[in-house]
Amino acid sequence: MTRIPQVPRSPAGQVGRAASLAALVAVAALFLIPLLWMLSSSLKPNYQIFAVPPQLLPRPPRWENYREALTFLPFGRYALNTLLISAIVIVGHLLSCTVVAYAFARLRAPGRDTLFLVVLATMMLPYPVTMVPLYVLFRTLGWVNTILPLAVPAFFGSPFYIFLLRQFFLGVPPELEDAARIDGAGTARIIWHVILPLSLPALATVAIFTFQATWNDFLPPLIYLQNPQSYTITLGLQFFRSSYTTNWAYLMAASLVTMLPVIAVFIAAQRLFIEGISLTGLKG
Amino acid sequence: MRSRRETLTFYLCISPWLVGLLLFVLGPMTASLGISFTRWDLLSPARFVGLRNYQRLAEDPLFWQALRVTAFYTLLYVPTELVGGLGLALLMNQRVPGIALFRTIFYLPSVLSGVAFVVVWTWIFHPEAGLLNAGLALLGITGPRWLADPRTALYALWIMSIWGLGRAAVIYLAGLKNLPRQLHEAATIDGANAWQAFRHVTIPLLTPTIFFNLLLSVIATFQVFTSAFIATNGGPLDSTLFFVLYLYRQAFERFSMGYAAALAWVLFIVILALTLLVVRSADRWVYYEGARI
Repeated sequence: MTRIPQVPRSPAGQVGRAASLAALVAVAALFLIPLLWMLSSSLKPNYQIFAVPPQLLPRPPRWENYREALTFLPFGRYALNTLLISAIVIVGHLLSCTVVAYAFARLRAPGRDTLFLVVLATMMLPYPVTMVPLYVLFRTLGWVNTILPLAVPAFFGSPFYIFLLRQFFLGVPPELEDAARIDGAGTARIIWHVILPLSLPALATVAIFTFQATWNDFLPPLIYLQNPQSYTITLGLQFFRSSYTTNWAYLMAASLVTMLPVIAVFIAAQRLFIEGISLTGLKG
Repeated sequence: MRSRRETLTFYLCISPWLVGLLLFVLGPMTASLGISFTRWDLLSPARFVGLRNYQRLAEDPLFWQALRVTAFYTLLYVPTELVGGLGLALLMNQRVPGIALFRTIFYLPSVLSGVAFVVVWTWIFHPEAGLLNAGLALLGITGPRWLADPRTALYALWIMSIWGLGRAAVIYLAGLKNLPRQLHEAATIDGANAWQAFRHVTIPLLTPTIFFNLLLSVIATFQVFTSAFIATNGGPLDSTLFFVLYLYRQAFERFSMGYAAALAWVLFIVILALTLLVVRSADRWVYYEGARI
């Protein structure tokens, strides 16, 4: 790393900096307004919600909206259902994708590069293309109305995470493995004792991406979960929306609460999110 | 000897993925082709009807409407993501105090659930009490009825999508951070102004990332479902009848599995054709690292 000596800032540079700051603030405001509007609306009493022109702040804030919105429907139950699915899918992805990605990163075998192209190709294959025959398959197995169609495929790897982990493993110095191999360690032990301890950030990235994707998933649960008892959080919110279309304050409160876990995970692990995207996005 | 063992280990390690590929991708794709030649409501046995589902496509005005809506949205969204995402990335790349906070704010909406995201925007687009029309009223403009008007509903979904540009921006940002700074500096020293340096140095070096994003965004627009399902349910007057929404209706509301399978195959062919188009065009405009100096 060569550091370029800092040139004293010219007035033009200062103006430029002020202009970028102003642009950043303006765009950030545009991005935040919907969230703030959701928060404000969620606290408004019903008579205030349709006020024209809209009032910016709830007066007085009505915190009961949250309690009432969340007891209208069993959102706690929906959250638990979703957490259960997320947990299973995370375990499935970590188990399967790690081993598959390691093989693609390190082991030499005929056909490897062609198969990796297949991984990349299936990464681009949208879910709707296979959703009809998959439904037929899972229906034949009697899995409709269970979480199995949402959970079991995770144990067979996911192209995106295989790709992400492979990119990460490629960056791990191979000398460590060679040493372990000379000591007689097999592939399983190498993955477990050498690769995994070095790959915790990448594994965490897979876990949080998976959590975010599962928590937000909509179309597959919509197809497979028909019993309101087993709804995920997004299905619950959609059910709420279609049943109480006019109560916007409740809807905003419920939406905000369903967003909170993802917002919390995102803020706590932001660096991993961004590094994960960089890892996969760099090389087209 | 060792290499044969290594081959064996390799295939053993990737076997979960290989089995998954057969069970959940290749098998279903093949089955779907078979199903598309039948008439099947899942209750009575499937009946072979040859190419009739594909003939029906040609005469189905809703199929053409779904294709039109989706293609129009692709034309609207892809350039927006290119310009908006890159613009946002340039902003995120500024060296000013608090830049980490700004990055968080820009990226945050794109990690939120489609359902909650759309519910919030449905409220913002509310014709009378919505925030957007209130803002327009301050400027003396009477806002349209947005999601309730067939002329504006698709544009409303497009405006909504801008809130999710942070994802593309982070990919561009990663690309920007990866650029060799020397070239940019050399151009500046040679007297290029900021725009010239951006246009003739940054953009060419960034083309691999642009290519990657372009591919992702074209594919993504052919998968739009949640926003149309929640915000408009395809209406008003089918003005937001996205392709996947129509596919979903045929499969899971009308249980025309044969027809839905034919639709899914058309979707696959369209996406494949567009992907190949983008990949083929890459030779003309993507600047590969191998060619560097």
